[in-house]
Amino acid sequence: MATVTLDNVRKAFGKTQVIHGVDLDIADGEFIVIVGPSGCGKSTLLRMVAGLESVTEGEIRIDGARVNEAEPMDRDIAMVFQNYALYPHMSVFDNMAYGLKIAGTPKDEIARRVATAAGMLQLEPYLKRRPRELSGGQRQRVAMGRAIVRKPAVFLFDEPLSNLDAKLRVQMRLEIKTLQRELGVTSLYVTHDQVEAMTLADRMVVMNAGRADQIGRPLDVYSNPKTEFVAGFIGSPPTNFLDAARLGRRAKGARLGIRPEHVRIVPEAETDLGGTVAYAEPLGAETLIHLRTLDGQAITVRQDGAHPIPEEGATCGIAWEPRDEMHFAESGQRV
Amino acid sequence: MEKRVTFKGIWLPLLLVAPQIVITAVFFFYPAGQAVWQSLFIPDPFGLSMQYVGLDNFRFLFDDPFYRASFVTTAVFSILVTAVSMGVALYLAVLADRLIKGSGTYRTLLIWPYAVAPAVAGVLWLFMFNTRVGVVTWYLGLLGYDWNHVLNDGEAMGLVVVASAWGRISYNFLFFLAGLQAIPRSVIEAAAIDGARFWTRFRTIVFPLLSPTTFFLLVVNIVYAFFETFGVIHTITSGGPQQATTILVYKVYSDGFVGQDLGSSAAQSVVLLVLVSILTIIQFRYIERRVHY
Repeated sequence: MATVTLDNVRKAFGKTQVIHGVDLDIADGEFIVIVGPSGCGKSTLLRMVAGLESVTEGEIRIDGARVNEAEPMDRDIAMVFQNYALYPHMSVFDNMAYGLKIAGTPKDEIARRVATAAGMLQLEPYLKRRPRELSGGQRQRVAMGRAIVRKPAVFLFDEPLSNLDAKLRVQMRLEIKTLQRELGVTSLYVTHDQVEAMTLADRMVVMNAGRADQIGRPLDVYSNPKTEFVAGFIGSPPTNFLDAARLGRRAKGARLGIRPEHVRIVPEAETDLGGTVAYAEPLGAETLIHLRTLDGQAITVRQDGAHPIPEEGATCGIAWEPRDEMHFAESGQRV
Repeated sequence: MEKRVTFKGIWLPLLLVAPQIVITAVFFFYPAGQAVWQSLFIPDPFGLSMQYVGLDNFRFLFDDPFYRASFVTTAVFSILVTAVSMGVALYLAVLADRLIKGSGTYRTLLIWPYAVAPAVAGVLWLFMFNTRVGVVTWYLGLLGYDWNHVLNDGEAMGLVVVASAWGRISYNFLFFLAGLQAIPRSVIEAAAIDGARFWTRFRTIVFPLLSPTTFFLLVVNIVYAFFETFGVIHTITSGGPQQATTILVYKVYSDGFVGQDLGSSAAQSVVLLVLVSILTIIQFRYIERRVHY
């Protein structure tokens, strides 16, 4: 168990700068999720912590000790890869025992630790099988088991669930969370899926083009995004952005953001903003209504499934509470 | 799932495989059949008549101490050629695999020797090690070493092994490099995080995952050492000194075409044919089981 500190960490491949200085303090036992679209540098950041990529500038500290120059094996970390990276020629048992064998752990101790991990992950019936004889979810568990048995100070997860189907992903997400709580190991988890980020994280880091746009607890980030990017990336369906100038009222900043659940459909007489219904998506518990304003901007409204659904092509008014508005400057920063 | 093309008639598929069958028939089955047939006869010195002798050619062969010695020579030669060419190739491939810059140039340079015909390669090495005018011989002489592969058995063997292996390294290198690059990066990285340093990783992860390539090369290289090294041996030592480098395939030639003992030569071809078949079957049956695919 350990703390992890990233101090103005930068990375450049040749002349291309991909990480522009990230600062992050991870407390002991904390579950941090780094989330962002592909190409934002989140995996690179994780690989730098793992020691698989060199640090161009700045410092990474694990438990207070600088590890920039340390080899991956000397950092006391374990990593779960997107493609699991299991050793195809070894049995499940040997896959999990590999790290311990190299460390010279006594045989009975290895057997005990692997058995414990296999028990936690319901892998007991498969210990003698090869990875290719397992399903995706089982392979995922073996990869987790391999990380657990070594009792590392830090867990690193590189999009571990993205190769699984949707149902399994939800199930494994819960298992990972439970496991991490149980073991209390400091974890750094990379994903492009904002639902994973919201559900798993104690704190999340939203990455945008090599920068950490915002670091905070999931609900804080959701309700109080610092940049237009964060407001648009976190939340599904995403935040509506309207051109403030064209709205012609209370124009603070360049764009106004309003989350779909904050927009209400009201009679046209009660509001100065309206639009036509493009189409509606009734999802049961809730309904998503996609509107187009008179000047052509798209707005999504999310309302309770019990509310009446307007006809496609109908015109209606929309309104929201001023306190739910988010204003963004031209640069994307919140004002 | 295996995808198979199904043909309606028999004629089109026959037509499609015909070229390969014709080539194999003309250049393999026919000569092999001739060898089997001729191994049962002794022709007279002028080739005008043949006398049927049954298996006497074979009986005579295995009583011949020179022939038995040639077995040992062949074993030593092919083990050395295979070990040297595969070992060096693997080493170079591991280095090339780690290379990021300039790997294209490095690879091209390493592949070139493959384009050199065995006989030409033999002549190149012969010139370098020529007992009177060879460059290497001269430098060795400066160091006080008297190189003479014409008289020294060991030196002769060493030279033909090196010359044979040299041209083969390129070929093996290509396959090893492709094999190494087919190993997922993340598996190596996972092993590194698991605490395995370079040599441990190589021993426990890389080499086992490379085993299909290694197995394939083992078969191909042994067959190469048995047959295709003829040119090298012919140009460098002609089997000498005192038959020290006369491997089985060279003895077929020297007994048959130089010694004009066609019956014995044919019998030797048959022996060789059987030997290589057995070797390949053994390799596929016993070694393949330990290969991780």
